[in-house]
Amino acid sequence: MSLLELKPGQIAFIERVDETSDTIGFVQRLAALGIVPHRQVQVLRIAGFGGPIHLRVGTTTEVAIRRREARLVQVRLT
Amino acid sequence: MTCHTPSTPQSSNQKITQRVALMGMPNTGKSTFFNRVTKANTSVGNWPGITVDLLQAEVVMNGQPTEFVDLPGIYDLQGFSEDETVVQRFLEQYPVDLVILVLNAAQIDRQLRLPLQLKALNLPIILMLNMADEAEQYGIKIDTEKLSEFLGFPAFLMSAKYGKGYLKAYEEICQVLKQDRTVAIPINDLKSRLTKLHPISIDEIDAIIQNTVEMPSEISISLTQKIDRFLLHPIFGLPLFFLGMFAVFWLIWIIGLPAQNVMDSLTGWLQTNLLEPILQPLPNIVQDFILNGIWNGIATVASFVPLIVLFFMIMAVLEDSGYLSRSAYLMDGIMAKIGLDGRSFVMQMMGFGCNVPALMGTRVMRSRALRLLTMLVIPFALCSARLQVFVFIIAATFPNQNGAIVLFSLYLLSFVAAILTAALFQDFFKNEEPFILELPPYRFPTWQQVFSRAWGEVQTFLRRASGFITFGCIAVWFITNLPPNTTGLETIGGQIGQFLSPVMQPIGIDPYLTLALIFGFIAKEVVIGSLAVIYGLNSGLVSQQIAESVTFVQGYSFCLFCLLYTPCLTTIVTLFNESKSEKFTIFSLVFSLLLAWIASFIFYQTAVLLGYS
Repeated sequence: MSLLELKPGQIAFIERVDETSDTIGFVQRLAALGIVPHRQVQVLRIAGFGGPIHLRVGTTTEVAIRRREARLVQVRLT
Repeated sequence: MTCHTPSTPQSSNQKITQRVALMGMPNTGKSTFFNRVTKANTSVGNWPGITVDLLQAEVVMNGQPTEFVDLPGIYDLQGFSEDETVVQRFLEQYPVDLVILVLNAAQIDRQLRLPLQLKALNLPIILMLNMADEAEQYGIKIDTEKLSEFLGFPAFLMSAKYGKGYLKAYEEICQVLKQDRTVAIPINDLKSRLTKLHPISIDEIDAIIQNTVEMPSEISISLTQKIDRFLLHPIFGLPLFFLGMFAVFWLIWIIGLPAQNVMDSLTGWLQTNLLEPILQPLPNIVQDFILNGIWNGIATVASFVPLIVLFFMIMAVLEDSGYLSRSAYLMDGIMAKIGLDGRSFVMQMMGFGCNVPALMGTRVMRSRALRLLTMLVIPFALCSARLQVFVFIIAATFPNQNGAIVLFSLYLLSFVAAILTAALFQDFFKNEEPFILELPPYRFPTWQQVFSRAWGEVQTFLRRASGFITFGCIAVWFITNLPPNTTGLETIGGQIGQFLSPVMQPIGIDPYLTLALIFGFIAKEVVIGSLAVIYGLNSGLVSQQIAESVTFVQGYSFCLFCLLYTPCLTTIVTLFNESKSEKFTIFSLVFSLLLAWIASFIFYQTAVLLGYS
């Protein structure tokens, strides 16, 4: 399942991040923010009006990621 | 601090013998550390081949003039973003004796990638694990000695914000620089070294972390989480954001604009009590040139200073507290539809106070496309200077009580112009960087951070803009005062006004008002004052004159044009300084002029067709 399918509060492990053609260095940027296979993420909340997802990566990093990009992150529920 | 003497201005001629580059991930307090080392004694350097401004400072270390360069924050040494390319280019072209790498100690579990990549370049490195205070609060314990062993270079814990652990790190910098070493050379083969570099695997990072860092498995509910429950609430989050924006707007209105008036009275006082008596013996035309050309330029620059100070104090608080990134989160759903993000919205709102600092503030956006698109729409924000013009014209041409509605319609149009422009050009300025934004924990900004930010921005503005603006004022003085002994429509400017009349007549703007618009190029505040000069009347009579000679349809068309056309000279200069692109600046200029003309044309001709004229 993709990150986009997680509900607020759910914790999951990253399986893989798919590269796309229209954003360069997507996998690398996500890796730099700690979104790499086997790391744990938790969806904290999802913004309204089709806005981004508030995500905790590992224990201390929090990021906002757009839905379009979240679709490319494959996760596995714990 | 035994080896530190702040540099004096004279020492800038001394030959720099060593260079220290500051690197790090974004949001790690790198600039706070930079300000501490250099005592905020920084300047913007010109580095051939480097496309962005780099802050630099000269510090004497071990008796040697040492140059500190603050490189942009990067996530990845192999990355493709503009900032990452800048850092790669810099290392390729300029020799570096020491790299100070600043990371966030609390996020060492992911940030360790960067030092592992950097190691491949064989540069002397010192690792600063900043925000040690936050890491401690999370219960993260880092064994720096062991970490140094693993990495092969010294690592220190510190808190740049509160100065903790800073001295020890500083001594180490001196120590490393003292060691005898071969002369530093640029890394010409950076690209090939980086391609050979194997991707840093998570296992590699984890192996080091397991041996050197104690990470808590579960963190307790932090203050940040509690605050976020309110501020990022799915329903109340946005209204709270708008309330906050209103407060910011109100602060600029209540403090910033009166402060600008105080500055104007000050320069006015200097003019009447100092400058005018001194210039008395000079011929009239020379007096006029100095007062209305040169001094006018200086006074214009000065009037922006209080606004810039206030604006960047607010910005420092918004940014350092962590709320600015959150506003991007809150507004993204709406703003992404027109190619912008929440930070663009914050800047646009601030632009209603004054466009100039709002343009400077776009620097928080690291994606160039996003920044340019934001800079393209900011000049449509109805700033306080334009407001003065509108109030004056509306009062003169709308004798009944509809003034408030008219003014409101202009505010509305200001929004519409910004939204349409962004929507129109969002594919042209396409943001190619993935949208993934860090939301740092809430932090209390320190007074030092707030003041040094404001001070730094004022310095930047004065250094970069004052020359251009004074030059522009002098140029406008020439076209509106020559040939000698002419006034109004007889001057070069007046001739231009008449020459343009085939273009301006269809939008209901007569040559007198065209000349006022040319004056308005310096600053919109000047428009009203200039009308007095153009008509050769005192300001009380000007209002009467306009009421008689300008219909309300013409008046509104003039306001429309004023709202949309070329923002003031200072805005253009800032636009150029921030974009560093003549093409973009000219594009913005031409586009806004065109839009202004088309909008006024449609309005005026429709009104005429309907029989209002």
